[in-house]
Amino acid sequence: MNPQTPVPVDLPLPLPAPVPVLVAVLLIFFLMHIVFINMMIGGAFLTLWYEIKGRTSRKWDNLAHDLAASITVNKSIAVVLGVGPLLAINTLYTTYFYSANALTGDFWISVIPLVAGAFLLTYLHKYLWHKLPWGLHVGVMALVVAIFAFIPLIFLTQITLMLQPERWTEVRGFWDALQLPNLWVRYAHFILSCPAMIGFMMVWAYRRKPEEDIAEIGIPRAELIRTGWRWAFWPSVLQFIVGPLAWLTLPEVPGPTQGVDAVFALSAVAAAIACALIWLDMKAPDAKVGRGFWPAAGAMLLVIAMMVAGRHMYREAAVGEHRLAVAEKTADFVAASKAARDAAASAAEAVE
Amino acid sequence: MDFPIFHLDALGNRGLIAVIAVLHVLINHGLAVGMMPLVAAMEWYGHKKQDPRWDRLAYRILFFAFLITTTVGALTGVGIWFSVSLVNPYSIGSLIRVFLWGWFIEWLVFITEVVLILCYFLTWKKKAWGGAGDGIGKTRHIRLGFALGFFSWVTMAIIVSILGFMMDPGNWLSNHTLWEGFTNPVYLPQLAFRTPLALAMAGIIAMTLTLFFTRRDDPFRYQALRSVSLFTLMAAPFVLLGGWWYYSVVPETMVQNLAVSMLTLEFVDWHQTLIWGMAGVTLMIALVAQLGVWKPAWVPRPVLLLTLLGIIWITGHFERVREFVRKPYVIGEYMYANGLRVEDYPLYARDGVLAWATYSTPLTEAEKGAIPAGLDLGRVQDGKDVFMITCSRCHTGTGVNAVRNHFARMFGDQPWSPDLTMGYMEFMHEAQPFMPPFPGNQRELEVLAEYLSTFQTNPAAIAGAQVAGVKLRQPDAGTQTASAEEHQ
Ligand code: HEC
Repeated sequence: MNPQTPVPVDLPLPLPAPVPVLVAVLLIFFLMHIVFINMMIGGAFLTLWYEIKGRTSRKWDNLAHDLAASITVNKSIAVVLGVGPLLAINTLYTTYFYSANALTGDFWISVIPLVAGAFLLTYLHKYLWHKLPWGLHVGVMALVVAIFAFIPLIFLTQITLMLQPERWTEVRGFWDALQLPNLWVRYAHFILSCPAMIGFMMVWAYRRKPEEDIAEIGIPRAELIRTGWRWAFWPSVLQFIVGPLAWLTLPEVPGPTQGVDAVFALSAVAAAIACALIWLDMKAPDAKVGRGFWPAAGAMLLVIAMMVAGRHMYREAAVGEHRLAVAEKTADFVAASKAARDAAASAAEAVE
Repeated sequence: MDFPIFHLDALGNRGLIAVIAVLHVLINHGLAVGMMPLVAAMEWYGHKKQDPRWDRLAYRILFFAFLITTTVGALTGVGIWFSVSLVNPYSIGSLIRVFLWGWFIEWLVFITEVVLILCYFLTWKKKAWGGAGDGIGKTRHIRLGFALGFFSWVTMAIIVSILGFMMDPGNWLSNHTLWEGFTNPVYLPQLAFRTPLALAMAGIIAMTLTLFFTRRDDPFRYQALRSVSLFTLMAAPFVLLGGWWYYSVVPETMVQNLAVSMLTLEFVDWHQTLIWGMAGVTLMIALVAQLGVWKPAWVPRPVLLLTLLGIIWITGHFERVREFVRKPYVIGEYMYANGLRVEDYPLYARDGVLAWATYSTPLTEAEKGAIPAGLDLGRVQDGKDVFMITCSRCHTGTGVNAVRNHFARMFGDQPWSPDLTMGYMEFMHEAQPFMPPFPGNQRELEVLAEYLSTFQTNPAAIAGAQVAGVKLRQPDAGTQTASAEEHQ
């Protein structure tokens, strides 16, 4: 290991649950969390886009209004689902996660006021529809979008920095940490997934929305569904460039990564299948469009599941060796502490 | 303590946690636990009287509560985690390793609560839930409201237990069942105090909101004010009763933990303030509510605000009890508030804390620039590291609870020479029982004193790892120099 790599002492307490259980909590709930986060952020992007488009055409404004209503629901679910994975990552990667937190602490804690503020603004935007001057109203959503686009950068910094203990002594705060390799490509990868996920949500929602609500929007159901599919499709196609880039620029890690490569390769195949299914359904006649939702969504879920699994394998490959060194150092510490304690106790006895 | 050390020199690290936690408790008590039953009761009353004005007002109040709890409320809840793991990673990390399932349960309850509040709020105007005046749907919706109120209360009841258990000295490593939390002698009194307090708080907030949501010339305003006042008035005596129960139980639980006379003095002080504060606030609640019942048109907004502030103050004062229980610990008898474990103290006394520290928090240029000539930079750097490890969780250099201010008060203008300050620091845990004993060796006490002596002239804020980054301490450097000096 690099001599500049810090090897800290871990907390000298055993894990509270078997590792597989913690890993399962982490991966399963993180997957659910991230899907809702994607929809929340994607929903904000599209709301802004259609509201601007709606300046000249009422129906897009209606669509924007409809999408805006989904953000606040998705956000509540997303936040509450994030707590479990946070608990699990704190437990499984204590040394790594907390160290990354501290090194970028001012930005890490600013997630709280920024997100709370963005959520309040989303409500403001939702409930003052057509009650504010247009420019101001759009400006509120633009601010929400800006905050929503910034927050993932903070999270990505945490999970990138935590896997590279050899860099902990180099970074000076958050802005510096933004220069970590791989970070920006992953950011692009994540941001592109947001419109894709809200696209899926649109197809799901507009397949089942009551006729009168559809009429209120003023866009035929088939066109709404195809719009959703387009948002799901084109960003996903772009991912065939960004995804491999993110994969190839992953920093070298000490552990074996053949498994990671295999999972990512498989996920690319699954993504190709998902895209093909979307394309086929999108081209179906009006009466049938949307029927292919579940197969396509299933394929996409598989893709995300494989991404999550692949990331986990990479994480383990990245910290595995370091974790052993930490365990050794911790054992040394515990032994030294016991020796000092015993010596102090017998010295005290001798005095008596 | 072996993480890079985050440090806020203005607000202070404990200040960060306190701001977030107090905000969270206020929103949780005032807008969730107390407010949900009140809103459901208003909805029920309106339905019974077939008076849609009640329904409208209840919906508006719920709207406000919903907006705040699902944004600032939810985020400050997560924020407590974030801030504690930044400030005290070793303590929260250790607690998680023992109480993971307690937190897991808390999380599940939290999910249920969020789902319920989403349902309650979003179905209010839906036809199937009586939004169009359908009786059966409305009854169901009202039941949902009371279920939500009950669940918010259950969340609080569980969290109070988990918190009480975790913070309670003695039983954290000896007795691992969560049940212990419920059988803790202060648990029931605490709940008996918090519950009516939450209801009274919600009543006062609802009165204030009613003034905003109804017009001055609308007779319904006064009708609503009168009813909400009645609700608040009913809660007031229970605040006093619960408070009295709590007040009488605390000392016997506390006495075993109060070994130091100094602390006993402070505690008696706190205890006195508590009883007067409680009596005063209850009186205020009762007077305002009585006025609301009697002459609703006379209730002035500033007085409502003042009562609310009173409740906020008493809640905050009340939270301080945990500090007394914990004394210098962050986890009773296991870990001191500086993050060092009690059982490792002999090791630190032998080798020093620096010998086992992986990281150094470098002095910034600004910090270095103001160091008086004649001091050795290496020793000052060591001093800063000792400060960061042993003092910075509770103290700042320039902000809240700043060591500089304490020194200025204690030593005034005379030079803060190590000779002057070291003697104090060696026995600081006896002078100030909130403080853990100084953990390091003699050399570390000296470099710390040298570092602190620069505070007299150096106005620079202390930079934590999020600004200055971290460097590796040379392994063993601390011990080697220490023993080299001892051998001279
Ligand atoms: C557990 C938290 C904690 C730690 C750790 C801690 N202190 Fe304190 N300290 C306090 C509190 C609380 C007070 C009282 C503040 C008050 O009364 O306003 C205090 C008071 C003081 C005072 C003023 C004492 C007096 O008699 O008025 C000094 C000086 C001081 N601390 C120095 C230090 C130094 C130096 C360290 C590190 C070696 C340290 N403290 C570590 C919590 C802590």
